[in-house]
Amino acid sequence: MNETLLRELIPAVTGVLVRRGADFATAEDAVQDALLRALATWPTAPPADPKGWLITAAWRKFVDATRAERSRLARETRVAAEPSPGATEGTADTLQLYFMCAHPSLTPASAVALTLRALGGLTTRQIAEAYLVPEATMAQRISRAKRTVSAVRFDEVGDLATVLRVLYLVFNEGYSGEVDLADEAIRLTRQVRSMIDDEEASGLLALMLLHHARRAARTTPGGTLVPLAEQDRSRWDTELIAEGVAILQAALARDRLGEYQAQAAIAALHADAQTVDETDWVQIVEWYDELDRLAGNPVVRLNRAVAVGEADGAHAGLSALEQADRAVPRYLAVEAYLRERAGDLSHAARLYGEAARAASNIAERDHLIRQAARLNGVVRG
Amino acid sequence: MAKYLLLKHYRGGPAPVVPFDPMDQWAPGEVDAHVQWMRDFAAKLEETGEYVNDQALSPEGTFVRYDGEGRPPVTDGPFAETKDLIAGWLIIDVDSYQRAIEVAGEFSAAPGQGGKPICEWLEVRPFYGSPSTIAE
Repeated sequence: MNETLLRELIPAVTGVLVRRGADFATAEDAVQDALLRALATWPTAPPADPKGWLITAAWRKFVDATRAERSRLARETRVAAEPSPGATEGTADTLQLYFMCAHPSLTPASAVALTLRALGGLTTRQIAEAYLVPEATMAQRISRAKRTVSAVRFDEVGDLATVLRVLYLVFNEGYSGEVDLADEAIRLTRQVRSMIDDEEASGLLALMLLHHARRAARTTPGGTLVPLAEQDRSRWDTELIAEGVAILQAALARDRLGEYQAQAAIAALHADAQTVDETDWVQIVEWYDELDRLAGNPVVRLNRAVAVGEADGAHAGLSALEQADRAVPRYLAVEAYLRERAGDLSHAARLYGEAARAASNIAERDHLIRQAARLNGVVRG
Repeated sequence: MAKYLLLKHYRGGPAPVVPFDPMDQWAPGEVDAHVQWMRDFAAKLEETGEYVNDQALSPEGTFVRYDGEGRPPVTDGPFAETKDLIAGWLIIDVDSYQRAIEVAGEFSAAPGQGGKPICEWLEVRPFYGSPSTIAE
């Protein structure tokens, strides 16, 4: 039995229950129960209609769970007597569920946890493991999130931008346990894009695919970070790159630019270059200008300084860096890189060392320490 | 989300703002109140989905090092009198650095002698995370 296929049915099933009148938290629990039953029984007794089976099992669970509340019994019995929806229904329900799980009233951490559970169909244990927190903590995070959205009406129009933001956060999450969160984010973003015609949903999917394509080349087997310029480009996944580029081009052709499309365009320009030297830095700078206009933030200005340094030389890059904020993580690393390119080696070595102390992860710290050590070796002769 | 270590020190930090005796000189009720307050604090963080781990450590500490093949490790004796010693920690997983500071601020208010907040200094240390994919 394919567990991923099974998990793909979850949002539609939860959506059906909620539309039939189940409250979100109980519906979500009922679907998790049905899922566990499916995992136990399907290998020996596969159902003819998996989705129908899950809806029936989850609905029974829901009715069982709420039966004790006598005041609700009449309504449940009435609603339970309604015919099951057809197999093709559920797209609108699923989309509503996305909006609910990424509701603006939730903190980013809660929205991510709820999305992975209610839409990804991951168990609380799997999510806790991916985020390296105790299961009890993750259970609380999820149930608080459920309580928060229980006040949200299911027919309320959600905010697609928030949904995309949550999926972007899932993709960017570096930890991985049993479940690959990058794969999961791609799967969920594909689903959103199949339900809603939106350029930014396409842009985000393209961005994820283009970055995912480089994953094998991004670290050595030992876990050492390999910078983009030094990556073995033959290890990039050309199929994913082609798919990402095609999705991006179709989105760009519609002339409704957004920040994910602009970011994907930059990733596509990197993917397009056979060697580092072939990188079209001039166009990349132009895309950073667009990105700055669309979603100007200090990180964008910092990355723009790097691109300017490549396009117009280190001194131009250092001038561009003056418009970035020193407080941004990686500012020192960028300044060190540009100073080295400008020939100021001892200053660069010192900055690499400072950047290493401020690094937010070990792979980056080790990389920066090596840079500092390399330059100190050169300076000493 | 990012994880932070809130570190309690026996000594070595900034001078305390509220002078208090070592815990073994408190009234038993004061000790109980302090310990219970810590437990409640951890439970509260578990409820907000921000708790990761906590542990109190004994003040006894020994420094140990390798002293060559086949030789017993060198120790500096059973007591590390002059070193900064860690009293315990609390690990949290929160949405922002600001939130980590806020939690540490609250955590510093544990009651001491006379039930008054001890206002102890806590060290807040970020965990190293994993490299994020997009930033590359």
